[in-house]
Amino acid sequence: MKSNRSKNKSVSYERWGYLFILPFFVTFLIFSLIPLVDTIRYSFYEFYTSGLIEVGPNFVGLDNYKALLESDLLKYAGNTFIMWIAGFIPQIVIAMILAAWFTDHRIRIHGLQFFKVVIYLPNLIMASAFAMLFFTLFSDAGPVNQILMSMGVISHPIRFMISTVGARSLIALMNFLMWFGNTAIMLMAAIMGINPALFEAAELDGCNHAKIFRYVTLPLIRPILGYTLITSIIGGLQMFDVPQILTNGAGAPDRTTMTLIMFLNKHLASKNYGMAGALSVYLFVISAILCFIVFKMMQDEDAAAAKKAEKKAKKQRKERA
Amino acid sequence: MDKNLKRPITLREVIAHIVLVILAFMCLFFFYILIVNASRKHVDLMKGFAFLPGGMFFKNMMKVFNDSNIPVLYGIRNSLIVSGGCAAICTYFSAMTAYGIYAYNFRAKKPAFTFIMLILVMPTQVTALGFLRLLTNIHMDDNLLALILPAIASPAVFYFMYSYMLASLPMSLVEAARIDGSNEFMTFNRIVIPIMKPAIAVQAIFTFVGAWNNYFVPALVISTKKKQTLPILIATLRGADFMTFDMGKVYMMILIAIVPIVLVYLMLSRFIIEGVTLGGVKE
Amino acid sequence: MKRKVVSVLLVAAMTMGVLAGCGSSSSKSGSSAKATVNNEKEGKVINIYVWNEEFQSRLNDYYSEVEKVSDDKSITYLKDGTEIHWTVNPNQNGVYQDKLDQALKKQDSASTDDKVDMYLVEADYALKYTDANANVSVPLKDLGITDDDLSDQYQYTKDVVTDANGEIRGTSWQATPGLFAYRRSIAKKVFGTDDPDKVQEKLADWNKFDEAAKEMKDNGYFMLSSVADTFRVFSNNVSGKWVEGTTVKVDKNLMNWVEQSKKYTDEGLNHNVSGQWTDEWNKDQAADSKVFGFFYSTWGINFTLQQNAGKEGSGDWAVCDGPQPFYWGGSWLVAANGTDNPKHVKDIMLQLTANKDNLVKITKDTQDYTNTQTGMTELASDPKYGSDFLGGQNHIKLFAEVAPTIDMSNISPYDQGCGEVFQNSFGDYFNGKIDEAKAKENFESAIKERYPELTDVEWP
Repeated sequence: MKSNRSKNKSVSYERWGYLFILPFFVTFLIFSLIPLVDTIRYSFYEFYTSGLIEVGPNFVGLDNYKALLESDLLKYAGNTFIMWIAGFIPQIVIAMILAAWFTDHRIRIHGLQFFKVVIYLPNLIMASAFAMLFFTLFSDAGPVNQILMSMGVISHPIRFMISTVGARSLIALMNFLMWFGNTAIMLMAAIMGINPALFEAAELDGCNHAKIFRYVTLPLIRPILGYTLITSIIGGLQMFDVPQILTNGAGAPDRTTMTLIMFLNKHLASKNYGMAGALSVYLFVISAILCFIVFKMMQDEDAAAAKKAEKKAKKQRKERA
Repeated sequence: MDKNLKRPITLREVIAHIVLVILAFMCLFFFYILIVNASRKHVDLMKGFAFLPGGMFFKNMMKVFNDSNIPVLYGIRNSLIVSGGCAAICTYFSAMTAYGIYAYNFRAKKPAFTFIMLILVMPTQVTALGFLRLLTNIHMDDNLLALILPAIASPAVFYFMYSYMLASLPMSLVEAARIDGSNEFMTFNRIVIPIMKPAIAVQAIFTFVGAWNNYFVPALVISTKKKQTLPILIATLRGADFMTFDMGKVYMMILIAIVPIVLVYLMLSRFIIEGVTLGGVKE
Repeated sequence: MKRKVVSVLLVAAMTMGVLAGCGSSSSKSGSSAKATVNNEKEGKVINIYVWNEEFQSRLNDYYSEVEKVSDDKSITYLKDGTEIHWTVNPNQNGVYQDKLDQALKKQDSASTDDKVDMYLVEADYALKYTDANANVSVPLKDLGITDDDLSDQYQYTKDVVTDANGEIRGTSWQATPGLFAYRRSIAKKVFGTDDPDKVQEKLADWNKFDEAAKEMKDNGYFMLSSVADTFRVFSNNVSGKWVEGTTVKVDKNLMNWVEQSKKYTDEGLNHNVSGQWTDEWNKDQAADSKVFGFFYSTWGINFTLQQNAGKEGSGDWAVCDGPQPFYWGGSWLVAANGTDNPKHVKDIMLQLTANKDNLVKITKDTQDYTNTQTGMTELASDPKYGSDFLGGQNHIKLFAEVAPTIDMSNISPYDQGCGEVFQNSFGDYFNGKIDEAKAKENFESAIKERYPELTDVEWP
């Protein structure tokens, strides 16, 4: 469509493009660029504070990067991944199912509005307050243990926080509870944005709900799914507040719940901008690679899929006419 | 529609209800406990969990509102300003940026997109203290605007808007508006924004909630008592000295802090629904 | 009331005299000393940084120069027209220290009304600010506060804020000596007596304490609730500082704590709750629990324990010295380097931390144990001063005896971090998740993350 416009016009549109993205870049320049550039710069320096006395910045080349590789970095990356995946899989599955149910007018759900509100509620509580409640629920003499014991499932209270599996499960569960509603709403909005004519056409074609979801909904919300996946990878890699609060920053037991950002936070506690910077760069590179892969996958597939769906709908509309 | 209501309940509906009830129970349980805790005495709270509420609900509430060290009403006002401001400018400008990249072909388009995606994956935890130093240098510390303005550049929200446009904003609509002689800015405000309503509502909710519950950055930026936001007040309560420390008050304060966001959520979630009807007439 | 006014006047007069007399003698510490001598005109605003309202309410209630307090309590107006502006930042996530550091960093360029004049610190990180090299605090001597002024304070409260050159740079209105609080009913059943002197004999050193713990277990009780309960007692009695040069030197006494804690956990001598301030720990202090006792300091016994024990527990508790002296808690006032209100700061410090009448009054009004040896000893001998909660025992007497024996000369700026990391690292060992060698290894890596300048760890 654009190709048959004259060159002059597209130049004037180009100006609009710049204008529309200007506020973003100006704001970024003012508020984020300097701290961000500093982060990367300091990663090559020895720069920390001992008490109130600043040490450095002294240029040390790649020393910080090497030191990090020699530390337990990989172990923490593993912890982060395990806890992320354990929370993310139920989160995305449940969210997708809920979004499908909530937007499918052929399924009657009593109190639909109520459920829509309720699933998002955990996200409204501050993570720290949520962790406090979690703590009391799963504490050694807390209600979960009491109920399990009175049902005869266990004879001694389970000390969730001192076992690796227990602590990791609690963290994954908390992440799941906090975020599944959020994802469900996002996907719901994405489905709501689909042209209803497409659904009607598919329905007339005799597709059942599973087929509609698979062949109409899914391809069309693929960009948003990609968004969910990418932001979740980033959120997962940057997992911090839940394990930090639940384990009081210790990553107990035996540092098996220590995430990358908790590790980063340890360096920030000593204002070690050198190490923290280097760790940030590592995180940045890992996230960038992962996101690039996901993004490429999504882009290729959705370009094809969207075209297909659009074509199908058009064809059907034509046929009806 | 009537026919639809009379048909027998399907298996899918039964499963849906069971799953939803379980999930709703898990979600609501925490709220129930929060309300229970907000109604209990400090001494009892220290000893752990209870299923039934205590009789201190209104007493705890009075204690919170009468504590002159904790200006709750100012806190609510400030949190509303910051979160509302963030949600508004973040969604509007993110949509604008996304539209700029989605709808126009220009030389810097690809680099701009790549750049935003890069800063999206950059961990930001390290920059908090640098941000504070910067605010001090430009004399914006202790200023609520410093908590709002940076929201204009929100790469994640931008990316959501962009993805949403890919799925739901046909360029043909924009072309039609152009033919009608609409100026580009008007097209964005009058045509694009209404279509984006569900996306804007969703991200407005998320941004609002995120800003509402943010503690670390506001606590570093704000010093004046009357400018403090609710999470700072909660942290102050939690850090009270042993003579005045009262968990009942803390839970009550957490509860008070949740009420406004629940209301905002109820309000904004309407737009997600409303967006459908608008989307329906869009072609 | 009249007496109080007179005494305050007296103090004020003395203050002026001391100030005039000492100005010329203490000019060795550069800018801060100059500020004291030359700055005739005091700033209009005194900025005080705090993390909660504790000191704020002490000052509002007991500082004689207070005229009125603003509605939101953020400003205290003094009679001479000066205003105290309170900056309250929560401790959570280290925000208090971050903001204080930021403010101290711009102290030189800040306008006089914005300069930090005074701030509060806790023992754990006091040395970060009172370090002479950090140059953010004023030695009390340079303010014109003499050793004589502080002679009635407990020595350990001065140790905590003494820099490497031996100069005192802070002062506290509180003393927080610790004792062992135990249940009388259990003592009677197991030891046959609940008399504090006799029970103390049973717990006089750690060997006896261990034996007593076994006896407790044999009778179906727990000696302690959590391994964290004893940590402070051991770590307050070390023979050297945590860090020398860039080497962490783990003290023998801390390894004793490890050994004891492992033994108590394995043999079921403690209740093995996951830490202090947890629900289980609080519950262990309630009337129906089987835990014998807790190491607690002044405020802990008067407030926390009493609250947790509830009405049913009242009268069932008593205190004794325990195996080793220790303290727990407390806040110190520090004068910020560059303050433009040195006279006011000095006056506040003297009135609120070195004026016996004021301090005794605080103790009588609030039960806060205050930093006056003679005042507390007098209260201790007052027969009226028995605690119902402790079955009539006069705990002030015990506090007054213990407090002078606390020795904090081995405090170092690393205490907070080292203590936390040490307990975290060995917690997994106690619970059998890892062996001792792995716990040591975890400690070594964690401590280097926390303090990048530390290079080695030496085990005893």
